[in-house]
Amino acid sequence: MSPMNTRIAEQFSSREQQAFAGTFGMWVFIASELLFFAPLLFGYFYLRTHYPAACAVASRHTDFLLGTANTAVLLSSSFLMALAAQAAEARRRSRARWLLVAVAALGVAFLVIKGVEYHAEFQEQLFPGAGFRSQAPPGMELFFLLYFALTGLHALHLTVGILVCLAMAAGLRHPEPQWPSGEAVEFAGLYWHFVDLVWIFLYPLVYLVGRAGG
Amino acid sequence: MTSAQSDLELEEKGTRAGTSYLAEGYTLRSWLTTRDHKRIALLYAVSITLFFFLGGIAAALIRLELATPQGDLVSADTYNKLFTAHGVIMVWLFLIPSIPSVLGNFLMPLMIGARDLAFPRLNLASWYLYLAGGAIVLWALLAGGVDTGWTFYTPFSTMFSNSHVVLALTGVLVVGFSSILTGLNFIVTVHTMRAPGMGWFRLPLFVWANYATSLILVLATPVLAMTLVLVAIERMFQVGIFDPALGGDPLLFQHLFWFYSHPAVYIMVLPAMGVASEIIPCFARRPVFGYRFMAYAILAIAVIGFLVWGHHMFVSGQSVYAGMVFSLLSFMVAVPSAIKVFNWTATLYKGRISFGAPMLYALGFVGLFTVGGLTGLFLAALALDVHLSDTYFVVAHFHYIMVGGSVMAYLGGIHFWWPKVTGRMYSEAWGRLAAVVIFAGFNLTFFPQYLLGYAGMPRRYHSYPEEFQLLHVLSSAGAVTLAVGYLLPLGYLAWSLRYGRAAPANPWQATGLEWQTASPPPVHNFAQPPVVARGPYAYHTQ
Repeated sequence: MSPMNTRIAEQFSSREQQAFAGTFGMWVFIASELLFFAPLLFGYFYLRTHYPAACAVASRHTDFLLGTANTAVLLSSSFLMALAAQAAEARRRSRARWLLVAVAALGVAFLVIKGVEYHAEFQEQLFPGAGFRSQAPPGMELFFLLYFALTGLHALHLTVGILVCLAMAAGLRHPEPQWPSGEAVEFAGLYWHFVDLVWIFLYPLVYLVGRAGG
Repeated sequence: MTSAQSDLELEEKGTRAGTSYLAEGYTLRSWLTTRDHKRIALLYAVSITLFFFLGGIAAALIRLELATPQGDLVSADTYNKLFTAHGVIMVWLFLIPSIPSVLGNFLMPLMIGARDLAFPRLNLASWYLYLAGGAIVLWALLAGGVDTGWTFYTPFSTMFSNSHVVLALTGVLVVGFSSILTGLNFIVTVHTMRAPGMGWFRLPLFVWANYATSLILVLATPVLAMTLVLVAIERMFQVGIFDPALGGDPLLFQHLFWFYSHPAVYIMVLPAMGVASEIIPCFARRPVFGYRFMAYAILAIAVIGFLVWGHHMFVSGQSVYAGMVFSLLSFMVAVPSAIKVFNWTATLYKGRISFGAPMLYALGFVGLFTVGGLTGLFLAALALDVHLSDTYFVVAHFHYIMVGGSVMAYLGGIHFWWPKVTGRMYSEAWGRLAAVVIFAGFNLTFFPQYLLGYAGMPRRYHSYPEEFQLLHVLSSAGAVTLAVGYLLPLGYLAWSLRYGRAAPANPWQATGLEWQTASPPPVHNFAQPPVVARGPYAYHTQ
């Protein structure tokens, strides 16, 4: 606990209560966020049970190398995020600031790599809709629809995360008790790890599953 | 806190605690930028009342059209748009926010002895999101309306409808975010803001009910949001997700939609159960019977409610084994609901019952909810549902739950807490009259619909064979009575704001924490932070 780190809002009776409410609120928020992915994952489950062959074919069209590289990028960013939260908690604001900038930079790198992938998939007529390739087996278009929806929703979350990191990095230029407090950086960290964790599940579902076996 | 505090003492405390929340500021700005949960509750109250009467106008037109067998008032197309407008407005813009966002917002902090919700700014933001979503829905309706029904079933909504589907979906999506934020705020508040001594099993059942509702709001609404996005994607880009002609599956939509929309029924009725659980002990002067079981039943309903969505698809071609499991689970959810009805009844036993207006509404709620719940079991039975699916029997069933249940309880709650909220007493005689008129009008409107459905009248048709006319005319006459009943409170409650007798801190001699502060409460609710030393229903019969 870092005393005098934050002001107590008037609805709370103590700093501990405020910190508990903030952390707990973040976890509830994450639980809700997770459910946003649920319909898409349910659709994926439906696809895998109804069109296993098309799923395997479609999966081979994803870029395994770039997907794996992106996983490494995101995991590294989460590591730096953990360090940033620790630094902010220890009130080393300048260190926390540069770590947050690095986290945001890795986030941007992820989006750039994802963009390269998207571009290639557009070229190969894998984007669902009127322009989708004509000889594809039934189910392949649905795979790519879910692929773009899942990774797009993930990218949207990541973009929000990047903006939060940058805003906090800007705020950390000012000394305490200016926003953000150590707690606030920790909350941003929880969110970032959540976004990372979603990717950890998307990666095998999208890139790996169909490749194994015949 | 002791039970022997007189109103006078409380009044003095209230004065010492500072000005009442109503006197905090009189400008429009002071209301639109407020972070006080009590003021935000009133903002919600005004906006959902507007939408309630808008949805009511659509219902009135529907009942007017159905007074004759021919489709002579509006065209079939307009009729479709009317029942869609009625459904969308009443479900998302009135019922879902009604008790949680108005009464819950006002009472949750007071009942647990907190100064405000955990996140006051988020609370205000959720009201603005609600308004934005409501405005978008209105825009869709004014631009020409939507004809899919409130359920937005695919592939009609994605491929065939020529109405403003995407706009309406967007509105519902935005309102959904408002629900999620309210739910999050309530959950965190109950976990972290309880006053010293306020253990989980000293929480009033109203708090339990809103807590369980919030769990559903937070966990089910995102599923609806993404489902609606998928509908919009299919509609705009012509890719097959739900449309079989494009390689999609319409059943997939129904699974996703009802995964939200069945729990949404519990979003609408659980808070109503919470209201009844406050009013009945107070007007029977008895502690609520089986408090712990009441709390467990609330949680059980919320949890099992997540697992019964498939009973909306018995005739859709889903696997018969799935149908059997969903049927069984639907019967199971009736068990905790029945426990609640038994316990309300047992609370009355040997009580000193007085029939104040709130009590009339609460008793009306219990009776109508029981009828709605029991007919729900008819529909949960696989074979019978084949006959009753998509008939007026279904329409009558869910109106007994949502109007007979939720709206009755909402009005009961409005009357019960009116003195606390406004600091004024309403006219008791008018209150009782309105409760009786609403109860009678409601039954006249919807009971004939059970008979219509059983006789085979399908829902969503604007013309019908002549043999159904008598029951339809009865139903329409009931709707007129019901409309009068709903307009009455608008009149006498508004009158009380100016001419009503000033309310004491605790006019009903109730034991909840919210009655231990002044009416209307001061800005931060309590003169000094309360310490709780007893359960919520310390009523004793002499």
